[in-house]
Amino acid sequence: MISQIREKLGELATDVIEGIDMPTVITTKENLLKVIEVLKNELGFNTITDITAVDWYGRRDKRFDVVYHLRKVQSPHRVRIKVAIDDGEKVPSLVPIFEGANWLEREVFDMFGIEFEGHPNMKRILLWEGFPGHPLRKDFFWREEVPLPENE
Amino acid sequence: MEAVSKTENTQYIELNMGPHHPATHGVLRLKLTLDGERVVRCEARIGYLHRGTEKTVEHKSYHQALIYTDRLDYLSPLTNNWAYVRAVEKLLGIDGKLPRRAEYLRVITGELSRISSHIVGAGTHVLDLGAWTFFLHAFREREKIYDLLEELTGQRMNNTYFRIGGVAADAPDGWLEKVYKWADEFEKKHHPELMDLIAANPIFVERTKGIGVIPPEMALNLGLTGPMIRGSGIKTDLRKDEPYSVYSEFDFEIPTGKNGDTYDRFMVRMEEMLQSVRIIKQAIEKMPEGDVLIDDYKIVPPPKRDAYTQIEKLIHHFKLVSEGVRVPPGEAYGAVEAPKGELGFYIVSDGSAKPYRFRIRPPSFINLQSIEHIAPGHLVADIIALIGTIDIVLGEVDR
Repeated sequence: MISQIREKLGELATDVIEGIDMPTVITTKENLLKVIEVLKNELGFNTITDITAVDWYGRRDKRFDVVYHLRKVQSPHRVRIKVAIDDGEKVPSLVPIFEGANWLEREVFDMFGIEFEGHPNMKRILLWEGFPGHPLRKDFFWREEVPLPENE
Repeated sequence: MEAVSKTENTQYIELNMGPHHPATHGVLRLKLTLDGERVVRCEARIGYLHRGTEKTVEHKSYHQALIYTDRLDYLSPLTNNWAYVRAVEKLLGIDGKLPRRAEYLRVITGELSRISSHIVGAGTHVLDLGAWTFFLHAFREREKIYDLLEELTGQRMNNTYFRIGGVAADAPDGWLEKVYKWADEFEKKHHPELMDLIAANPIFVERTKGIGVIPPEMALNLGLTGPMIRGSGIKTDLRKDEPYSVYSEFDFEIPTGKNGDTYDRFMVRMEEMLQSVRIIKQAIEKMPEGDVLIDDYKIVPPPKRDAYTQIEKLIHHFKLVSEGVRVPPGEAYGAVEAPKGELGFYIVSDGSAKPYRFRIRPPSFINLQSIEHIAPGHLVADIIALIGTIDIVLGEVDR
């Protein structure tokens, strides 16, 4: 599978690594949508499993990795796509390709403050409007006391 | 169902269903826009039960993280443990190298968990639709499962039975026979009873057939898993697709529906219970002898007796208790087929004793998203059926 991915993606992927558990495609945010489309339409990764992010605060130049997991249903094949971005950069939304990305991207926005361009409803999902900061960032103290929201 | 058009001189009403509504299975709030009795738009508001599990666990050791996983989908704690230990075991490079007895015990307890979760799912679903008897009979069986699990793990719920590298303890004497007896009885007597009560019940059929239809393309597009996607006729199950643990050694079927409606999903869950019983019976028949924990003192503490008498074992013991398991740097995604769908953990390790990033891929959260797509066009009363059919646990949705 990994050689197929390499071949089909070609220039679109910066790198394709054989991970512990699945092939990992490293790409840029400009190429992200094209990569996902090729994986979906030509290689048959037909369902979205997960979207999340990793904060490398103070450990790397580009602060965040946005991590996508796709899966080919009825087969053991999975693929991971990683995009490195700086704080404040926007990533294109996957909603036009996978409707299921909607809530997942909202959660990433909620927890990391990464905005997705072209998302139909870029609002917080688990926390309330007006929550100070984004809790899964590494510079957010894990026992921070946060005032409770006003009644809606 | 076709979209509802606004007729003249009518006004839409906004109705909040929940967060404290008995039929929302927890604290889910649905913001409904209604045209008379018909739903025009449905927006789910979640997060009432958000406890920040992912953030908290980044400050806990790998072993402490285990108890947080129990409290996600608290109806099926053992499969949650399983998904988590699977991700960690992948990082440690011991996935698939565990003692076989441990794998078999994992399969048995995991399947018991699946049955008890489906019992709650199906039982409360029909309870919401007005069937009281089914619920009572189903919950009696669930209580028996909990008794069995209590005997094995010490607790009814939140068992935390799994360990990184195996399971906590071997089954007590006679436990396997008791499970076999229960499984046999459930298969031959109680499951058919439950089916008799509900499968052809005209009220139930009327309220579930053709309600909340999810076409297969939509299911894939939304990333649905578990009975939600199987109800739409897509035969996918991680136990067959990427047979983890020892599932390749058992003979079982993956039930699927045809129409993708609420009735089909209910039937998929009912049939899955029977298949789980089949797996449990086979596992008990083939049960191998041996250890239940991996023989590696960097991961599992040595026996207490050795820790008192041998200095090297004492050091291992001390390091494991004071610091915890050190996991090599890297990233891994481990998933199992939980009762609700694919439960996955994506763990990034920086080589220390705490996970650098701990991501839960919650099936309920992703399945719940579909309600915004399938609810428009239905009556308010059908929303109750839809919440039941998605089978959410808010502990997992909100994490």
